[in-house]
Amino acid sequence: MAELQAREPLIFELGKSGRRAGTQFPPQVTGSAEIPAHLRRAAPPLLPEVSELQVVRHFTRLSQMNFSIDTHFYPLGSCTMKYNPKACNSFAMLPEFLGRHPLGPEPQGFLACMYELQEMLQEITGMQAVSLTPMAGAQGEFAGVAMIRAYHRSRNDLGRTEIIVPQAAHGTNPATAAMCGCTVKEIACDANGDIDIDALQAAVGPATAAIMLTNPSTLGVFERKITEVARIVHAAGGLLYYDGANLNAILGKVRPGDMGFDVIHMNLHKTFSTPHGGGGPGSGAVGVGARLRPFLPIPIVDKDGARFRWLTERDLPQSIGRLSGFMGNAGVNLRAYIYMRLLGRDGMVRVAEFAALNANYLLKRLQAAGFEAAYPTRRASHEFIITLKRENRLYQVTAMDVAKRLLDYGFHAPTTYFPLLVPECLLIEPTETEAKEDLDRFCEAMIAIRREMEQEPEKLSSAPHTMPVRRLDDVRAAKQLDLSWKPAA
Amino acid sequence: MAFIPHTPDDVAGMLEVVGVQSIDALFDEIPRELRAGVLDLPPAMCEMEVGRLLAERAASDGRPLNFIGAGAYEHHIPAPVWAITTRGEFYSAYTPYQAEASQGTLQLIYEYQSMICALTGMEVSNASMYDGASALAEACLMAVRANRAASSRRILLPRTVNPTYAQVAKSIAGQQGIVFETVDFDRSKGRTLLESLQPYAGQDINALVVQQPNFFGNLEEADQLTEWAHQHKILLIAVVNPIAMALLSPPGQWGSAVGGNLGADIVCGEGQALGVPLAAGGPYFGFMATRMQFVRQMPGRIVGRTVDAEGRPGFSLTLQAREQHIRRSKATSNICTNQGLMVTAATIYMSLLGGEGLSRVAAACLQRTADLVARLCAISGVKPAFTAARFHEAVLLLDRPVAPVLAALARRGIFGGLDLTERYPELGHALLVCATETKLDADINAYAAALGDIMQSSRAAA
Repeated sequence: MAELQAREPLIFELGKSGRRAGTQFPPQVTGSAEIPAHLRRAAPPLLPEVSELQVVRHFTRLSQMNFSIDTHFYPLGSCTMKYNPKACNSFAMLPEFLGRHPLGPEPQGFLACMYELQEMLQEITGMQAVSLTPMAGAQGEFAGVAMIRAYHRSRNDLGRTEIIVPQAAHGTNPATAAMCGCTVKEIACDANGDIDIDALQAAVGPATAAIMLTNPSTLGVFERKITEVARIVHAAGGLLYYDGANLNAILGKVRPGDMGFDVIHMNLHKTFSTPHGGGGPGSGAVGVGARLRPFLPIPIVDKDGARFRWLTERDLPQSIGRLSGFMGNAGVNLRAYIYMRLLGRDGMVRVAEFAALNANYLLKRLQAAGFEAAYPTRRASHEFIITLKRENRLYQVTAMDVAKRLLDYGFHAPTTYFPLLVPECLLIEPTETEAKEDLDRFCEAMIAIRREMEQEPEKLSSAPHTMPVRRLDDVRAAKQLDLSWKPAA
Repeated sequence: MAFIPHTPDDVAGMLEVVGVQSIDALFDEIPRELRAGVLDLPPAMCEMEVGRLLAERAASDGRPLNFIGAGAYEHHIPAPVWAITTRGEFYSAYTPYQAEASQGTLQLIYEYQSMICALTGMEVSNASMYDGASALAEACLMAVRANRAASSRRILLPRTVNPTYAQVAKSIAGQQGIVFETVDFDRSKGRTLLESLQPYAGQDINALVVQQPNFFGNLEEADQLTEWAHQHKILLIAVVNPIAMALLSPPGQWGSAVGGNLGADIVCGEGQALGVPLAAGGPYFGFMATRMQFVRQMPGRIVGRTVDAEGRPGFSLTLQAREQHIRRSKATSNICTNQGLMVTAATIYMSLLGGEGLSRVAAACLQRTADLVARLCAISGVKPAFTAARFHEAVLLLDRPVAPVLAALARRGIFGGLDLTERYPELGHALLVCATETKLDADINAYAAALGDIMQSSRAAA
């Protein structure tokens, strides 16, 4: 069973008027500099008044109320929760890297790493050029769709404002299309999880800007008709966008550029093992084929002889522009670079191989234990979907119940209710860094939960039982909004 | 094998369960003709070798004495901040979708939201944006959704707003047809001119952006500008420096209470100064806060306090109906992953400093910059560009081109500031300098001595 820290008061509640962490205050300054009275703040902001030890203890205890990769198996589908090597963090936090102001003269050591990272990502994806600027997957998507629009505009092909996505696409795909001023057309998949080619054929036309695809798809299977999809979309004058969320599954096995994609974003925080950090920072580097190269977001690292430099507006006048105040999530990119150097050529291919082995093994074991695969005739990619629709009918348990019960067994829950088109689904992604024993323990927990479904289903519907809190009242959270602490009147 | 735990026996046993002969057979659904050949990548290195490589590259970048600000600020970061932030339980967790197993991250975000509200004087904060520049772009998109009085997509953007922020806002918000109207500044004071806004009075305008302190480091007349905006049914978007908030009137108090319209409508900014290292430009984090009435128009994650099945308090992601994973193309933004780990650092930083500590940091920044300006302007050929009150940055005018002077300083290990010549050609040879609490007398003296020397020797050479 999972043991987490129990309740911890708010940091504000630990405070006491007059208590200070004085070592952290700067030396007193002498001088007469002042803010004019009418622009001055009337009273200092109401922040906690606590000691340094209180701070350390409070946040350490909060950390102990979390599941994480370092403490628990975390098979959250579509998120690639694999081990984040400690070396990546240690080397990225060398003082010279951390102390560097982004607007100083171009740091050659750091830029050498970024340049090589661009080159390696290009090679892995089969693209012609890479920009490391986007700060998360969704911003990478934004950059990709903005480049697609810029490309069509540059050809004076102004009517192309439709983005086609499969029904099972990540929510960020349609949201990104809308952010770029496009409309979205959803198309269906067939019973085996491949794109319905007739539906695609009917959907494309002179308004088609692009299709956004994840491959392997969000259904956990490889899109086998990808060559035909590429042909149809290109023939209609559209482009192909590759959502790199599932790149981990195919590293070194097949390259998006070779599949016919024109633009790709990568989630460095998934495939290249930079930390997820409780919700970021990520990094959403984009790669493009020759057609979209002039439109890449800036800055990009280039090499002039032996010297590295940032390319700017002047070098790329057709660029879609800047997406961040400086250089994107530079430190995240540095961690990805370190990871890739540790793995090297062979290690990169092993990522996909062992991710696929773990996923297919876990799928087979769960099937043997009586769980139903959503696509039983298909190989799993690096993840797969179990549907609990039968269990839901027989025992009235839901995917959410199983997810919550897994927490009691010491496993982070898989992704639930995504993709939406598979009822009562669990999307399970074990990743390559988990050992067979851990996969076996997960199976045993699922088997035990299956037994509970039959014998004591209330144990599931009221789960979790061992977490710091029981199931939370989300309706109340949204109706009686309590979004910040306020001092008692 | 790097980070792969499988033994040959494991592999054999697992393949047998799957029912295939080899690992490669697991990829048999990929069409043969698409399969990749051997990748042209460098071979693996062990941790020691990679450590050596990175240490050499870091060393080649050196540790210059830095006087550049311009949106990224060097502050002392207390030792506990990153010691705790890099704990695996924070570092290697993800977005708290499973609330019961993520109460630590959720409570921390709730505490963070509370602190951002305290700093800005606003009612609600989200869980973070990517950075300050993209936060402004999202604030502009939000203003267009929120301002029901305006039907246009025009936003007034003074030239005293960080020019890179303006570029990012155009790259992002421009995709949805938002048009930015440039507003000029007072050449002698270096702040936004109320008269430059007057031509827009009565026009259909969505929002006015005010940066405080502005890009030049000068203080805007925030009350006047806010009042003007609200008089004309224009929303006020404030871009603020969080450290400066310890001394400056917070946006929640800007303008006048007449008409129940006190305060800015949306507040955003760069959070990096709160415990996040410069790190060549990122990762940082953007913050965003607003009035309760606009909370459903705000992008990004929001954490709420609620109760569990036994009535005990707990935290969860709330108002998710705004977000992409629920609303898809109707979402307020496509943002998903944000900057959680940076928020962790900032929350620990603000807890350690508290209100008084933050005020001490801000007061030190104010004084150090005043000292720096005084010392540098004592050098022949250097003078201040503007007369407005400032916080921790200042524009200086040199009697000669800035770039060669900065290059000469860099050769002596000093980053002397940001050359504004290209961004603001009308100012002449303008240099933006910054001194935070990290710059002691000796540092300021070193800069002044080096600059004096360079100015004198290049004059002698001329």
